[in-house]
This record gives sequence, structure tokens and C-alpha cells, in this order.
Amino acid sequence: MATSASSKLNKAVKQQYMSLPQGEKVQAMYIWIDGSGEGLRCKTRTLDSEPKTIEDLPEWNFDGSSTYQSEGSNSDMYLIPAAMFRDPFRKDPNKLVLCEVLKYNRKPAETNLRYTCKKIMNMVENNHPWFGMEQEYTILGTDGHPFGWPSNGFPGPQGPYYCGVGADKAYGRDIVEAHYRACLYAGVQIYGSNAEVMPAQWEFQIGPCEGINMGDHLWIARFILHRVCEDFGVVVSFDPKPIPGNWNGAGCHTNFSTKEMREDDGLKVIEESIERLAKRHRYHIRAYDPKGGLDNARRLTGRHETSSIDEFSAGVANRGASIRIPRSVGQDKKGYFEDRRPSANCDPYAVTEALVRTCLLKEEGEEPANYSK
Amino acid sequence: MATSASASLSKAVKQQYMELPQGDKVQAMYIWIDGTGEGLRCKTRTLDSEPKSIEDLPEWNFDGSSTYQSEGSNSDMYLIPSAMFRDPFRKDPNKLVLCEVLKYNRKPTETNLRLTCKKVMDMVADQHPWFGMEQEYTILGTDGHPFGWPSNGFPGPQGPYYCGVGADKAYGRDVVEAHYKACLYAGVQICGTNAEVMPAQWEFQVGPCEGIDMGDHLWVARFILHRVCEDFGVVASFDPKPIPGNWNGAGCHTNFSTKEMREDGGLKAIEDSIEKLGKRHSYHIRAYDPKGGLDNARRLTGRHETSNINEFSAGVANRGASIRIPRNVGQEKKGYFEDRRPSANCDPYSVTEALIRTCLLNEEGDEPADY
Repeated sequence: MATSASSKLNKAVKQQYMSLPQGEKVQAMYIWIDGSGEGLRCKTRTLDSEPKTIEDLPEWNFDGSSTYQSEGSNSDMYLIPAAMFRDPFRKDPNKLVLCEVLKYNRKPAETNLRYTCKKIMNMVENNHPWFGMEQEYTILGTDGHPFGWPSNGFPGPQGPYYCGVGADKAYGRDIVEAHYRACLYAGVQIYGSNAEVMPAQWEFQIGPCEGINMGDHLWIARFILHRVCEDFGVVVSFDPKPIPGNWNGAGCHTNFSTKEMREDDGLKVIEESIERLAKRHRYHIRAYDPKGGLDNARRLTGRHETSSIDEFSAGVANRGASIRIPRSVGQDKKGYFEDRRPSANCDPYAVTEALVRTCLLKEEGEEPANYSK
Repeated sequence: MATSASASLSKAVKQQYMELPQGDKVQAMYIWIDGTGEGLRCKTRTLDSEPKSIEDLPEWNFDGSSTYQSEGSNSDMYLIPSAMFRDPFRKDPNKLVLCEVLKYNRKPTETNLRLTCKKVMDMVADQHPWFGMEQEYTILGTDGHPFGWPSNGFPGPQGPYYCGVGADKAYGRDVVEAHYKACLYAGVQICGTNAEVMPAQWEFQVGPCEGIDMGDHLWVARFILHRVCEDFGVVASFDPKPIPGNWNGAGCHTNFSTKEMREDGGLKAIEDSIEKLGKRHSYHIRAYDPKGGLDNARRLTGRHETSNINEFSAGVANRGASIRIPRNVGQEKKGYFEDRRPSANCDPYSVTEALIRTCLLNEEGDEPADY
């Protein structure tokens, strides 16, 4: 059975310890993105009282040479608290604290994409940009094989698994249920969940979130998923094409709207945005996975409900296009649109920033504009 | 051991997460019938407060190209909430929501048989048609073999298993017990259970339900069964003849009555209905399984307490007939009758609609009338 040794440790024993009262002391788990741009790290500190807002949380630091972020000779990096959530593992009054990482010279680390994203979001506050991101992922055993798959083979072909029910259709629902509840408790804006087309593949949706919140809530939702899977002894993968061949990849379809798009006749603004996106396809592809498009190249083939990575396309209710306009939006002539290109392991800060730059700040060309004067 | 990998995940760990408070947020699991007419699908959304009635639940949509229901280029389909139940898996205040499916042009999908069923039921509302359906099913391991059967063989022949007790007679009672409680919690009108003639085969009965409720309650009861089996790591099959040969098939005997039949002298109305059914056998056979009779052809052989698919017959206390009139109904001269033809994987909307059309709307011929 490909579950971890840790998951076999006695949970009743653990529960006895977790029920111990902690007086006034509060545990704050600081979370950050490491040098890979995909991995999450965390460490905990004790506080003397419950922090009520993010301002109550002190700056901290860590050894960046152990997270692919700095050299050993100059390894201190700063953790700047950015968003706070309730801790569903240690429960109230303990907290999860998502942090930005700064280098020794107080400049943002290479994979701290939140920093510029926030600047961009501040510039367009009045447009009230809303996002919803559909995070797909695959559950793997500790052997790296998808959870529930026969150890030396494959399940029956795709068809019965999407939104399926039954032990022969849904692999690992416990993880999904636990994750949903944990996110609700933590205050993450989780919108829904469903089983996906490939067995052991699932999806949850985060949103609607305005501005910088989208990235914050999605990263915390990912962290919670990693921790839940760890408890069950399995592994979550955000790889965009975990199994080659006739098996679906994993994306992070991003739904986007502005106040203007949501108002009457907003469809016109949506169509204008799509025109701008069409002219900047390569810039977006570079922003939509942590390897500048190399990861997505394995996934965006034009098959399995994806568009081809080399071509931009858009259509109403068309799941083979880069951009899909939901049918109800086509009918109501207002609403939002769905960018289906981002990969499951994308950085949501990079994705949301790119959409705002192209659609609201009306940028063109291959490079992002520099607004710091 | 032919139980799933999921079933071996730590339920203590899961329980810790399921106990987390959720504030005012409510999870609503939308359930629908896919393009096969037999399969059920589900996905969940968060609501900001507890829905009190079906009207509080918003319409939704899904990707029909992944459920055998549409093409990828035009795949959005609509989910229209139809019936709401308490969620026995996530518990209060969370809900299970059975939905109708509409195509992109808002017309019902091919396997949305509820829409016309409801229209027909509305036409006869003042006759108060009641239904009770006896859902038989077989528990299989994830290897597809009946649960508890020797992996490379067969149990002893049928005889001791029906309503049996003991580890050598009853295979998988935990599933049945869990399902019963879950249905009671959910508000499904479950009226009983028993072990069936083939080992690992069981039956539960849902009813009495009036009109459209029959289909709603039976589909949700089936969904709950699939979820319970998933939790235990086994599979529920509604195949009408899972094991060929000298092993019982699985049906969905449908009990039916109207206000008139339930009143004194109602036996006459019952006999009139049976005459009408006698003239429309092939129309009903087409309505009684999702493949127009092909599935039932493997089950309705005339043996193993079934009638032959090619012949219509009726009789008091006769389990080899198409229609059975219970003995006490024959004696009291009022009550209900049992149509034994529907297959275990029938669509209850289709079955109940056919009974209404023939017995109450007096339709004749091979095609349903268009109102």
C-alpha cells in the first residue's frame, strides 16, 4: 500500500496531545514559496497572544540556502507576513501566515511574484477585478503512481470518472472532503469541488476573490491540500501532465471579470479583452507555468479538452479553446470569461497579474511594462 | 482483498477534518443522471447560508462532454435543482440536491426522463398515484466479482441466503445497515430491507411515494448506496443479471395504486388496469430498462421468479407472472398491484410514467401520447 509510514502513526495518541490546552500562547505557522516557484515551506513560532490582524505578526527570517533561494555564505532571507488564516490542523487560536520572501537586501526573492502582483492590483482597484481559479491536481501514492491505480497497470479508460461516485470511479474522496472542510474552517474562499476526468484526479475552485486575494487564497488552499494529503499518507501533484498518453492533464483555468464586464453589456468589454489577449499569447504562456511554458507544452496539445500551446483561440462554451466564454455569459451579454491556459502548477500571482496587465492596463508586446518611476 | 485503496485511508484522520466547524457556509452536492441513463454524477458548491427549500438553490452547469452528454465544442449543460435532501455524509446543514439536466438550448437531455414524468404526474394529481419500488442490487468487489464469493469460484447454490443471517449466508450486511440509516437521515422514504436469494444480493424498498417523488427518492437512495459502498471500498451493481446461469437476477418490482384502487371495491380498478397493461406489454418492456428491453432480456427468462419477457401474465400471489396481485389484496378486494417486470437498473421516472399513461390516461399502442 503506497501510503507513508507517518500515516500509520497512532492518531489517537496524537489527539491526546492536540487536546492539551495551551494557555495564552498561540502557534503561528509561517508559510512561503521556495526557490522552485512551486514548492511550499513552513515553520512555526510561538506568540504570546492571538494576533487579530496581519499587522500583529512580526517579520521573521529563514535559511534560504536550504530552499534553493540563496548561497550559504549569505543565506538569511526575510519573511514578511502577508495574509493570515485560521489553522485547521492546530485549530483556534492558532494561525497560518502566508509570507512574502525578501532577499538580504530587502528586494523580493526571484520567486516572490506577489510583490509586483500587488503593485499592479493596487493600480486597478477601481476596476474591481474578480478571479476564480479551478485548481486541478492528482493524488499519488508515495510510490509516485496515481492513488488507487493498479500497481502494475492502468485503470479502464476515461469516461466514467468525471464527477463519478462509487469505489470503481472515485479514488481518494476522503482527501477532497477533508480539504474542503479545512479550507472552510481556515477562511479560504473555497467555491466548490468535483472529481475530474482522470481517476485519482480532482479539482477545487477558489473564488470569487478580488485582486491580490486570489493568489493568497489559492496558495493557502494548496498548502492545506499538501498537509491533508500528508496526514493521509499520500501525495498531491500539481504536475500539468502526470501521466503521458490518453490521460487528461491538470490545469488551473482562471475565470476573470471586472466591474465593467459584470454590468449590462459587459460582453463588449469581454470581447475587447479577448482581442488583447489574442495579440499577447506568448507573453501569457510564459506567465502561466513556473518554467516559462515548458511545463504546459506537455499539457496543451489540443486534445483532452485543451487548446494547442502554439495557437490562440476563443469561443462560447468551447472547451478546446484558449479562452472560453460560458454560455450563460453569451446569453446575458455580461459576466466573465475563462482563460483555460494556466497550468496546474502556475503561480496565481503571475497569472492574475498578466491578465490585469493585458486587459486593464492594455499592455502590448512580449515584456511587462515597468511602472516604477 | 477486493476493496479499494481509498477504503484503507485513515477514517480517524478524515473524522478530525469532518468535525471542523464550517461557520455559516453550507456545502450543496448537486447530483445528476449522466448520458448512460444509469450512471450518477456529482459535484459540490459552497453556499453562504442554509437553503430552506429547493427554490433557494441556484441553477448551475457542467461539462457534458465528460459525461457522455455533449461534444467538447458546445459542452455546457444546465443543472436545475429538483429535490433536496439532508446530506448523511457531510451532515447538517449540508445538502444533497437531485437535479434535472438541460441541454445548451434549455431542452431536456436524452436521459432527463423526469421532465415528462412530472408533466404526466401533474395531469393525474387528483388520483393520488402511490408507488413503492423494491430495489434489488448486488455488491461487487473492485475486481468485479460478487463480494464475499470465493475469488475463483462460486458459493453453494441458492436456498439459504434469502433473508439469511450468519457469515455463511449474509455477505456485506454492513453496507445495508449503513445505507438504511443514511437514507433515514437524508429524508428518503425507505420502508424496508432484506437479503436476497443470491448471496451478496440485497434489496431495499422505497415508498410509498406519490407522483414524481417516487423517482426522486429512488435516485437519491441509489446515489446514497453508491457513496456508502465507495466508503466501504466495494461497488454496487444494478445490472439485472450480474451472474449468468442458475443465479437470480436483480429487478425493481414496482407496486402501484390509485386512490380508487385503495378504496372499497378497488379491486375492479386494479383488474381494469391489468387488462390495459396486458395490451401494451412491449411498450412497457421498452420503458423498463435503459436499453429498451435488451438488459431485461437477460433477466426475464421465466425462471428464477421472473416472467418471460415475451409474454404478459398476471395472477394472485404468483411470482412467475408479469403482474402479481398480493393475496391480501385479492381477499380485501382493494389495495395495489405489483409489476414485476422493471429491471434493477430501470429509470423510475420512466417506469412510473408508463404506468400512469397506460392505467390512468388510458393510452394504447406502442408509442406514448403527446399532450
